Amino acid sequence: MEATYKHPKSLVSLQTKYCPGCGHGVIHRLITEVIDELGLQGNSIILNPVGCSIWADLYFATDSVQAPHGRTPAAATGVKRMLRDHLVVCYQGDGDLAAIGTAEAVHAANRGEKFTTIFVNNAIYGMTGGQMAPTTLIGQKAATAPEGRDPLEAGMGYPIKVLEMLATLEGTRYLARGSVDSPVNVRKTKQYIKKAFEAQMRGLGFTMVEILSPCPTNWGMKPVEAVEWLKDSMMPVFPLGEIKNQLEAVK
Amino acid sequence: MPEKTEKLLMKGNEAMAEGALRAGCAAYFCYPITPQSEIPAYMAKHMLERHLVFLQAESETAAISMVYGAAATGARVMTSSSSPGMSLKQEGISYLCGADLPCVLVNVARSGPGLGGISPAQGDYFQSTRGGGHGDYYHIVLAPKDVQECADFTFEAFDLADKWRMPVMVLADGLIGQMMEGVVLPEPKDLSTLLPKPWAVGQQGRTARAFNHVSSMSLVPAELEAAINARFARYDLVRKTETRVTLSNCEKAELVMIGYGSSSRVAWGAIQLAKAQGIEIGLLRPRGLWPFPYDEITELAEQGKKFLCVEMSMGQMIEDVLLAVGARSARSKESSVHFVGRCGGNIPSEEEVFAKAKEILAGRSEPWRLDGRLRSDGSARGAGR
Ligand code: SF4
Repeated sequence: MEATYKHPKSLVSLQTKYCPGCGHGVIHRLITEVIDELGLQGNSIILNPVGCSIWADLYFATDSVQAPHGRTPAAATGVKRMLRDHLVVCYQGDGDLAAIGTAEAVHAANRGEKFTTIFVNNAIYGMTGGQMAPTTLIGQKAATAPEGRDPLEAGMGYPIKVLEMLATLEGTRYLARGSVDSPVNVRKTKQYIKKAFEAQMRGLGFTMVEILSPCPTNWGMKPVEAVEWLKDSMMPVFPLGEIKNQLEAVK
Repeated sequence: MPEKTEKLLMKGNEAMAEGALRAGCAAYFCYPITPQSEIPAYMAKHMLERHLVFLQAESETAAISMVYGAAATGARVMTSSSSPGMSLKQEGISYLCGADLPCVLVNVARSGPGLGGISPAQGDYFQSTRGGGHGDYYHIVLAPKDVQECADFTFEAFDLADKWRMPVMVLADGLIGQMMEGVVLPEPKDLSTLLPKPWAVGQQGRTARAFNHVSSMSLVPAELEAAINARFARYDLVRKTETRVTLSNCEKAELVMIGYGSSSRVAWGAIQLAKAQGIEIGLLRPRGLWPFPYDEITELAEQGKKFLCVEMSMGQMIEDVLLAVGARSARSKESSVHFVGRCGGNIPSEEEVFAKAKEILAGRSEPWRLDGRLRSDGSARGAGR
C-alpha cells in the first residue's frame, strides 16, 4: 500500500527545538510539503528571521540566509533580485515583521517584490521571553505589559492588522490569513501557501500568508488551552481568509 | 561606456561608480544622502539600461541588508553613502563580516557627529577601521586621494572583497567625491575570471551540493570562538599582504607628514612650500587604512624621524601612528608625534600645516598626548583654532 502521509523531503528529520504545542513546526511542515509538491527543493531559499524561528535553517533542507532583526524582507529583496527563478520565502514573526522591521515589510510589499512572506503571528515575543508584540491583543498580559496591553492609560498602542494595512498597497497581489488551530484550518493554510508560492513563481507580485500560531510557553497555557485561546481571542481580531486576491486580475 | 584608454574629466563620485561597473558590479542598493548623490544617479542611469539591479531602498539599514541578501547569492554588489548613513549601515556591516560575505562599501564622508554638516571630513576613521558595528571584526579600508584612485580603488575593491570574503570600504570624503580631474578608467573586468563562490546560496538543485546556510549566528560559545579565530587568522594574512602605503621624499627629511585622502594632498602642498624654502619634509600616505602601515612608520621612527599627522578630524589616525612608534613601550618616542588638523568640515591650509612643521623643526611644538587633551599651555589641541 502506498503511504499517503510521508515526511516531506524538504523537511529535515530532526528533533524539534520548538516548545510543545508551538505552531512553528506545523508551519514548517506546510511550507516544505508545498515546496516538494511544486518540485522546488533545489531552487528554494528560506530567509530565517531573528526570533524563535531563527532555527528554521536547521529544519529546511534548502539553502538559507539569516538576516538582521527585521531586515528579513530587505535581505529577501537582495536574494530574489539576483535569483529571479528561485522560490524565496521570507519567514517572519510578529516582532520581526510588525515592529523592528515594519519599514522593510511595507516597502518590500509596496515594491511588489516577488517573494512570499510567511508571517507567523503569535501575538508575543517568543525567544526573548514573552514581551508585548505589535500584535498583542488589548488586555493580553505580557512580560512588558504585566497588567495587560493598555492602549489608553499606558499608551501601549493597538494590535496591528498587518494584512489589512498592506492591502492598501498596489504592489501586493495576494494576502491571506490562516491558522494552525485545527485540521481544517491547517489544510486551508496550506492552500494559501500554495497559491502564494505559485503566484511568486509566475512573478505576479508581493504575496504574504499570515498564520495565527500558538505560543503556549509565553501565553502561560497548556497547548490545548492555547489553541482555544487562539480561536476565542485572536481570531475575532485577526479574521481568517483571503484578505486580498488579485491573482486573476494580473494573470 | 567611454573608451578604455581615453583620459576623461570626471567627478570622484562618478569615477567610483564607473569603477564599480567596470569591475562587474551586478547590484547596487542605496539611500539618498549628500555629498555622494552623483553615485546613485550614475548607477541608476547606467545599471537600469543594462538590466542590472539598481534599487533605491527605504533606508540605509534596508539598503545594507539588501546588499547582504544579494552578496549571499555570490553577486558582486555595492552600496554607497556618507557618514550619518554609514552609521546606520553598521548593523548590516557587522552581519556581513559575521557571515563572511564580500561586498563594496563607499563612504563619501562628511562632518559629524550627529547630522553635523555636509562639508568634507575625516571623522569616520575610527568607525571605518575598528569595525564600526558590534562584535570582533575588521574589514579592508581603501583611501583614494584623487579621481584616478576613486576609479582604480573601487574597481580593485571588488577583487579584494571576493578574495578575502569580507566587505571592502572605499573611504573618500566630500572633497574627493565632488572634485573633477582627469581619469583613465580601468579596463572592464573579464567576468569569466571571477573567483568561484561555493558558499553562495542558489542553484543547489543543479549540482545537489550540500545546502548552504548564510548566517552569522552561533549560540555555542566554543564554536563561535573557533569561527572568529579562523577569521582573525585570515585578517593576519590580509595584514601581511594588503597593506598599502606610499612614501615620498622621506630619505633626507627629519620630519615626515602622515596623511591620507584629501589631507595627504594638503600635506603634499605644504611640503612644496617647505621645499621652496630649502626644507625637506617627507610624506607617508596610507592608501589603505585597514590594514594600517604600522611597520613602515615604525621603521621611520627607528631612524629618528619626527612625524606630523595631518587630518580633517580632531585626531584619529594619529592613534595608529602612536601605536606604530610605540607610545607605550618607549615614551621618549612619543615626543616625535605631532598633530595638525581641522574638523567640522574645514580643511587645514597648506600654510598652517607648513607653519606647524616649522614649529616642530624648531622644537617649539607640543607633541601629541594620548592621555591628555590639553597642551601644557592650556590651549586646545589641534591647529589651535
Ligand atoms: S517560545 Fe513560543 S514561539 Fe517560541 S518555540 Fe516556544 S512556543 Fe514556539
